[in-house]
Amino acid sequence: MSVTAIREYIGEPRDVVANYHGNQLLYICWDRHLMFAAPFIFMVPPDMKFEEVLTQLVAPVIQPHPDAAKIEWRTTSWERGGALGDVPWQPDFDRSVAENGLVHKTWLRFRAPGLDGLAGAGI
Amino acid sequence: MDMKADRKLSLKDRYRHLTRGLGWETSYQKMDDVFPYDKYEGIKIHDWDKWEDPFRLTMDAYWKYQAEKERKLYAVLDAFVQSNGHLNVTDARYINAIKLFFCAFPPLEYMAHRGFSMAGRQFRGVGTRVACQMQSIDEIRHMQTQMHTASNYNRYYNGIHAMIHQLPRIWYMSVPKSFFDDAITAGPFEWMVAIGFSFEYVLTNLVFVPFMSGAAFNGDLGTMTFGFSAQSDEARHMTLGLECIKFMLEQDPANVPIVQRWIDKWTWRGVRVLALVGMMMDYMLPKRIMSWQEAWEIYFEQNGGALFKDLARYGIKIPDCVEQATLEKEHISHQLWAGIYQWNFGTALHAWIPGDDELDWLSAKYPNSFDKYYRPRLEAWREMAKDGKRFMNTGLAMNCQVCQYPTIFTEPGDPSTLCHRELDYKGEKYHFCSDHCKTIFEHEPEKYVQSWLPMPQLYQGTCGGGGVQEWMDWVHLVPGQDNMDFEGSQDQRNFALWKGLASSNK
Repeated sequence: MSVTAIREYIGEPRDVVANYHGNQLLYICWDRHLMFAAPFIFMVPPDMKFEEVLTQLVAPVIQPHPDAAKIEWRTTSWERGGALGDVPWQPDFDRSVAENGLVHKTWLRFRAPGLDGLAGAGI
Repeated sequence: MDMKADRKLSLKDRYRHLTRGLGWETSYQKMDDVFPYDKYEGIKIHDWDKWEDPFRLTMDAYWKYQAEKERKLYAVLDAFVQSNGHLNVTDARYINAIKLFFCAFPPLEYMAHRGFSMAGRQFRGVGTRVACQMQSIDEIRHMQTQMHTASNYNRYYNGIHAMIHQLPRIWYMSVPKSFFDDAITAGPFEWMVAIGFSFEYVLTNLVFVPFMSGAAFNGDLGTMTFGFSAQSDEARHMTLGLECIKFMLEQDPANVPIVQRWIDKWTWRGVRVLALVGMMMDYMLPKRIMSWQEAWEIYFEQNGGALFKDLARYGIKIPDCVEQATLEKEHISHQLWAGIYQWNFGTALHAWIPGDDELDWLSAKYPNSFDKYYRPRLEAWREMAKDGKRFMNTGLAMNCQVCQYPTIFTEPGDPSTLCHRELDYKGEKYHFCSDHCKTIFEHEPEKYVQSWLPMPQLYQGTCGGGGVQEWMDWVHLVPGQDNMDFEGSQDQRNFALWKGLASSNK
C-alpha cells in the first residue's frame, strides 16, 4: 500500500496543473551561481515564447548578480531534470514553452559560457 | 459500630493501582475494537506486560513535582518581566534567535501534546498509555511556558505578534510544521519512533543545548529559566523514547526492519529541521556557544554513535543518512543563513552580515568550507549594501516536496552545485532536495503528494491572491517593521533607547 493506513487511502495532489489557471510551473536553476540560494520557480503560460521566459521572468530576478548583464541567452547551454538525473537539453528559443516539450513542473538548469560565478566557487 | 481502618496501601501497591490498575481486559467489547490503531502499522506486540515503566510516577506525584516547578518558573519570569530583563541580552540581534525559537517551538510543543494524547489513547498497553499521557501534559506545559516567556519579548520587539497566524502560512514555518504533521498523521508506533525516540532522544541535545545555552550565554534569563524548568520533563521523555524502541525491538524480530526504516526517515527529517538550529548557533547568537559542526560532533557523532552501538544487538544500524548529514555539517548553517538574508523581506525576523570578528570565528570553526564557499558571499553582500544595493532575491524559490525547505542544499561532496532529485508519480512530477527526502516520498507517496508547499500555493492564488504586498498582508507581516535588516530597525533603535534610559538620568 502506498501509505500505511487502516484502509485504502489515496491522497489528492495539491499542485496539479489545473490549479494554475491555464498556466504551468517551471523551475530554472542558474548553475554555479549560488548567490541565489535555490532554483527559481516560475508560473508561465504554455504559449509563452521560451526566450521571453528568460528575458522577462529570469533576467529580472538574477539582475543583482555581476554576471547577469553578460548573459547572451542564445549561447546558454541547458540540462533538463528527470527521474534518472539531469540530461542535456537544447531549447528552441523561438518556440513556446509547450512546443519545447516543457510539461508542468519541469526543472531546467543552465550555464552561460565563461560565467562561473564569483570567487571560483560558483557563487 | 466498630470502624476498622484499613491499612494504608504499600507504595508498591499504590503505584500499581494508579498506573497498571487503570487498564483492564475488556469483556463485552473486543480489545481490537477498543484499540483499533495499534496493529495496522505491522508492529507485533506479543506481551504488553513486558513493558517496563521508564519512570515511576503516579499522577498525584506528577502534579506535585510539576506544580513546584511552575511556582519557581513563574517567580523567575515575573522577576524577569518586572526588571526589564530583556535589556540584559548581549545585543539586540539576539532577540531574533528568540523570535525563531518562540515562533517555531510552541506550535511544535502543542502538536507533540496532541500526538502524545492520541498515543495515550491508542496503545492497548496501559503502562505505555500512562507514560504518554504524562508526556502529553508535559508538552502542553512546554507550549504554555514558552508562550509566557515569549509574551514579554512580544511586548517590546517586532515579529512575534502573528506567530500563530503565520504557522500555516509563512514559508519557513512549513519546515517544522510539516515535520509534526507527518508524525501525527502516522500511527502511534511511528509517532513514538519519530518524536519519542528520534526527536526526544537522539536529537534532543541538538535543540535544547543550543537554545538554552544560547540564552544563558546571551543574558536571556527568561528563556534560560524555561530551559531549566523543562529539563526534568525532557529526562522523562528520553527514557520513554528509549523504552519504546527497546520494547518494540524485543517483542518480535519482524519489527526490526519497520523500526529501522522509521529511524532512518526521522533521523533525516530531524537533521533537516535542525539546520534552523545550526544557523541560529553560527549566525544569530552574538555570544556563540560552539559551532553547529562542533555540536553535531559531540551530540550526534559521539553520543549518537554510542547509542547505535547499543542498538546493534537488536539488528539496528546507523541510519544511511548520517553519512550525508556528517558531510553537510560544514555547510548547512551557512546555506540557510544565506537564504534568510536574501529572502529577508519575507521573514518575521531581522538579518545582518556578521561583523569581521564573527566572520573570523566562522573561518576558524569551519576551516574546510567557510572561506571558500561562504565568506565571499557575505563580503559581496556587505559591499552591495554599502553601495546602496542591498542584495535581495525577489524570485520565488523551489520547495522540496518532503522537508519543504527551499532547495538550498548542495550535492553531497560538491558545495558549488545545488542538489536536485526528481521523480514521476501518477503522471505528476515531484522534486526533492536530496536522495533521503526522495526515499521518504517513495515509501508513502499518497502522503506527500498532499504537501502544502508555500511557493506553489502562492502561484495558485491561495496566499492573498496577488503579489508580494498581498502576501505580506495575508501573513500579517508588517513591512519595514518585522522584516529586513537589523541595522536601522525599530528593534535596534528601541533597544538602544531603552538601554540608555535604564542607565542614565537623562
